[in-house]
Amino acid sequence: MSAEPAVRVEDKLFQNRYLVDAGRPHITVTPHEVPSPRLLSLTKVCPAGCYAQSDTGQVEITTDGCVECGTCRVIAEPTGEITWNYPRGGFGVLFKFG
Amino acid sequence: MADEKFDTIVIGAGPSGNACAYTLAKRGLKVLQLERGEYPGSKNVQGAILYADALETIIPDFRKDAPLERHIIEQRIWMMDDRSYCGAHYRSEDFNEEQPNRYTIIRAPFDKWFSRKVAAAGALVICETTVLELVRDADGKVIGVRTDRDGDPIYADVVVMAEGVSGLVGARAGLRPVPKPDTVALAVKEMHFLPKETIEARFNLKGDEGVVIEAAGTITKGMTGTGFIYTNKECISIGIGCLISDFAETGQTPYGLLDSFKSHPSVKPLLAGSEVKEYAAHMIPEGGYKAIPQLYGDGWLIVGDAGQFVNAVHREGSNLAMTTGRLAAETILELKSRHAPLTAANLASYKKRLDESFVMKDLKKYRNLPGTLHNKHLFTTYPQLLSKAAQTWFRVDGIDKKSKEEAIVHSFFKARSLKGILGDAIGMVRAWR
Ligand SMILES: Cc1cc2nc3c(=O)[nH]c(=O)nc-3n(C[C@H](O)[C@H](O)[C@H](O)COP(=O)(O)OP(=O)(O)OC[C@H]3O[C@@H](n4cnc5c(N)ncnc54)[C@H](O)[C@@H]3O)c2cc1C
Ligand code: SF4
Repeated sequence: MSAEPAVRVEDKLFQNRYLVDAGRPHITVTPHEVPSPRLLSLTKVCPAGCYAQSDTGQVEITTDGCVECGTCRVIAEPTGEITWNYPRGGFGVLFKFG
Repeated sequence: MADEKFDTIVIGAGPSGNACAYTLAKRGLKVLQLERGEYPGSKNVQGAILYADALETIIPDFRKDAPLERHIIEQRIWMMDDRSYCGAHYRSEDFNEEQPNRYTIIRAPFDKWFSRKVAAAGALVICETTVLELVRDADGKVIGVRTDRDGDPIYADVVVMAEGVSGLVGARAGLRPVPKPDTVALAVKEMHFLPKETIEARFNLKGDEGVVIEAAGTITKGMTGTGFIYTNKECISIGIGCLISDFAETGQTPYGLLDSFKSHPSVKPLLAGSEVKEYAAHMIPEGGYKAIPQLYGDGWLIVGDAGQFVNAVHREGSNLAMTTGRLAAETILELKSRHAPLTAANLASYKKRLDESFVMKDLKKYRNLPGTLHNKHLFTTYPQLLSKAAQTWFRVDGIDKKSKEEAIVHSFFKARSLKGILGDAIGMVRAWR
């Protein structure tokens, strides 16, 4: 692989507008000890970088930057590894352009 | 609202829901449209090319006040490897016509505009309201919806699911499956702002003329997908999308892919000096004809992306959304006009209308293409070979042309055996027919 500078998705999300529904995450990861490869793939696939692996190896989610694309649902909801809902009406990402 | 009953509830205020609600309200039906976003468009993402025809059928004079960006006079198709592109460009003065055929648009302002038309036609449009589930009677007939506003059901004779590619409400009700990772793409997109004059100079444009570029090749790093670059009045939309199953398998990050597309030597100068004002992501249905779910039942219909209505070859989606929304409305209007109940048997005429329209005809034509496109050679080997062939051909270096031709042919067979090339070609031709 050529050495490409790491892309920081935080810098991209910084431009976006959100109305965060504090304390009411619309997506949760089902408690697990060892994540499946499917669950682990979310740490790369999520376009907003919402998923990360904790020090002890579990996959965790922080939904604040979520752009509600539904990708993680397509991958991991059918197996019950995550729960997925839309944020409450009016909350979440607010695209100015889209 | 609890004791009120509507003729139709439309879930979602994207192009499909708006086309449906507008057509119904215009003809006097009592319509409730529910949208989860703060305003219509706040959750929606598109390239975006608007195909005038589908909208013109619904709102003939839309050009008067719709927020259009540029009318498209030039289409570029690029086959890219890491250092080059080989392309076909088509530009014509004929596209500078009285009523242009294709425009670039920006979805948030466009959806707001369309929604104002829907409200003006008489529909009740309520935003900031997420539909949680369908309400059904003892026989399973859909009779309304429940939202997160208050727990009470809202009733209607028919519910139109214009909820977009995720299809959450329909899937929760067991009326349709959740999209599969290999039938939906994930696309990421950025808006790059530049002065109008800079865009016009870089793309050889004047006034409201626009250029759109569709790109494929090594930019998707072997995954099935494409990139795009569209000119708006004062910004450039750039994005890239690949099948979700491919992302999951390769571990490529969508934003990493977008940034390497942006830094391609042929793309970078087009964006130089721009200010990025938004980063968005959205899914696109890519499964085509074979991924279309059941589209109607007792008291319900599915329109737009929720029905997987996207023609991935021609990058058409919003026009299929508007057309299916309109056809659903016409089905309801016809049944209502003769006081026929909105049962599965009667609503089946929606499917008949779809089959007779370009929507199903086009999707059917390409029904085998999604499978054929799951071929990484199309996105790596061939673009590289094409670039090498073009370079061999154009370089003047004392080698005779006959030897150059032979070298080009040899390079193809070396990289992909005769059997491989024939297989790919036959597969393509079959899927295209
Ligand atoms: C990057 C990208 C580029 C594209 N480029 C083009 C292009 O150039 N040309 C083209 O024609 N098409 C293009 N498409 C496809 C096009 O955007 C879609 O086909 C079109 O938006 C589908 O319209 P829709 O109304 O069915 O769904 P959507 O536009 O997704 O609208 C669905 C609406 O329903 C709302 N909703 C969903 N669930 C609920 C709920 N439970 N309660 C309340 N509201 C809800 C959503 O907030 C949304 O407003 C592109 C798509 C993407 C992602
Ligand atoms: S919906 Fe999309 S943006 Fe949100 S967490 Fe899932 S993959 Fe990430």
